[in-house]
Amino acid sequence: MFDTADTTAGKFAQMFAAILLFAAVVGIILFIAGRFGGRRGDRIVAYSYLAPTLLMLLVGLVYPGIRTIYQSFFDAAGSAFIGLDNYGTIFTDTDQLTVLRNTVFWVVVTPFVATGVGLLYAILVDKARLESFAKALIFLPMAISFVGASIIWKFVYEFRPDQANVKQIGLLNQVLVWIGGSPQQWLVDSPLNTFLLIVVMIWIQAGFAMTVLSAAIKAIPDDIIEAARLDGVGPWGMFRFVTLPAIRPAVVVVLTTIGIGTLKVFDIVRTMTGGNFDTSVIANEFYSQSFRSDNQGLGSALAVLLFVLVIPIVAYNIRQIRSSEAL
Amino acid sequence: MTTTAPLAETPPPLVADKPSAASVAKKKLTSPWASLAALVIAVLWTLPTFGLLVSSFRPERAIKTTGWWTFFTDPTVTMDNYKAVLDSENGAGLGSYFVNSLVITIPSVIIPMSLACLAAYAFAWIKFPGRNILFLAIFALQIVPLQVTLLPLLTLYVDAGVANTFWTIWLSHAIFGLPLAIYLLHNFMREIPATLLEAARVDGAGHVSIFFRVLLPLLRPALAAFGIFQFLWVWNDLLVALTFAGGGDSVAPITVALANLSGTRGTAWHLLSAGAFVSILVPVTIFLLLQRYFVRGLLAGSVKG
Repeated sequence: MFDTADTTAGKFAQMFAAILLFAAVVGIILFIAGRFGGRRGDRIVAYSYLAPTLLMLLVGLVYPGIRTIYQSFFDAAGSAFIGLDNYGTIFTDTDQLTVLRNTVFWVVVTPFVATGVGLLYAILVDKARLESFAKALIFLPMAISFVGASIIWKFVYEFRPDQANVKQIGLLNQVLVWIGGSPQQWLVDSPLNTFLLIVVMIWIQAGFAMTVLSAAIKAIPDDIIEAARLDGVGPWGMFRFVTLPAIRPAVVVVLTTIGIGTLKVFDIVRTMTGGNFDTSVIANEFYSQSFRSDNQGLGSALAVLLFVLVIPIVAYNIRQIRSSEAL
Repeated sequence: MTTTAPLAETPPPLVADKPSAASVAKKKLTSPWASLAALVIAVLWTLPTFGLLVSSFRPERAIKTTGWWTFFTDPTVTMDNYKAVLDSENGAGLGSYFVNSLVITIPSVIIPMSLACLAAYAFAWIKFPGRNILFLAIFALQIVPLQVTLLPLLTLYVDAGVANTFWTIWLSHAIFGLPLAIYLLHNFMREIPATLLEAARVDGAGHVSIFFRVLLPLLRPALAAFGIFQFLWVWNDLLVALTFAGGGDSVAPITVALANLSGTRGTAWHLLSAGAFVSILVPVTIFLLLQRYFVRGLLAGSVKG
């Protein structure tokens, strides 16, 4: 049951066995809890309901988290204590500084552009004919995996040498050729290539921004809009003084949410360039150092850095979610 | 609005609703321009996917020598790419990876969901010492990035002798999904009026029958929200799979196979295009069917791992 299954039937059998096993665990817990009726046994019931969850979180999240922090003070093999040297490497090594620079590009550009596009589109299609269809077009990339999205865009950026009998198959280069330019190796030239990878993330996240902001816009009470209109507020003033203040909490939540996701972006970089050509970011560098270069110490330090960077954004995000009733 | 006499010659608006703030703001851009801008964004967002979709039905030679836009002047449709990408003999053999994705995803949704039901019930409806601290701790665990846990977890799995099996991925996804599931279900359970539970209790119902008879039917939207979020998360995941599953077709899901294909055979567009759409098919279908639950789950899960 804990082996590797090779046939399709074997795999599904193992899957059902696993589900049954967990169902049995839940059943046993329910059975035990069922024997303690009334309010006296409440504590036993509560702790037995929580037992599997707490066990899994302690072993699978808390212990590994502490272990990683500990390991970040050790060398590549994890045997010699080297203090803060790994963190020193992150902030002084040229390659690592490129990684940090790229991460800053990602986290600064993606949330604002994705939110901007999402907000513009939400306003443009509001109450238009086919509104829900128009929204689905922009939202659909959310359902596509980052890997799938990366392949879609890699095809857009595809390069063919600039020779007489060779035709471009990537849309971007073809457009460039149509307007009289010569084709570029988009994913090779740094730092432009990082921004072209960022485009993929914007493409994915704009739909999220659009959906949340559209809901916030529709939640603005009609009488406020009517009152502003009677006061003779023009369209731009309506946006500036009515819409924007009303959806401000939602905008902040969208910005921070996309920011968190962007900070941890891995799949896009991995699939499109593998981190080559100076495109690596912290999450990808973590993977490369930990599992490709076998530098556990540096890998752990990068993971811890990611954790530390995420905390303030999350804290701000949660405060905004809590304070906004619209969400 | 409808009871007053129509004001002179103003034609009836095309859309009957009252104007929203956005629609007023939109008028600034006077309708034709607004429509054009919306159209441009919609085209920009659709064209990349459309191009790859068209390519996936073109013959291999055509994909490699001409752009997909020439399809409209010279349409040739073939299913060969899909056959090649699924065929394990001389193609990419994505079929078994597709099976792996299914086998990985289903328990990775069910396990955390059922365990979280128990935990959320305890947090929401039973008083016990340490309840608030524990709940806060679990809530805070949502923000731990996966990266922080991967290396030690891998060591644990190797020591336990389950490395490179589905168990590593099921357990990992279940663990990473639990904090969000508990948080979502707990919030939902708190909204259920306490009188409903009191009434059941007075009738002599214990915790188990209260949960199944009173709570579970009401929890369906929350379960759906978490379920679809977790499904898409697991199906589309690359990092966890890459770390624990290895590259072979015995455990690795389709995302790993595609990422490898993209890295090693970056020019095999006939395989990449068809493969991408094989992997996209399931999440997009699920998404379209359960769209309304998704946004709720997405918002709640925004800080996850």
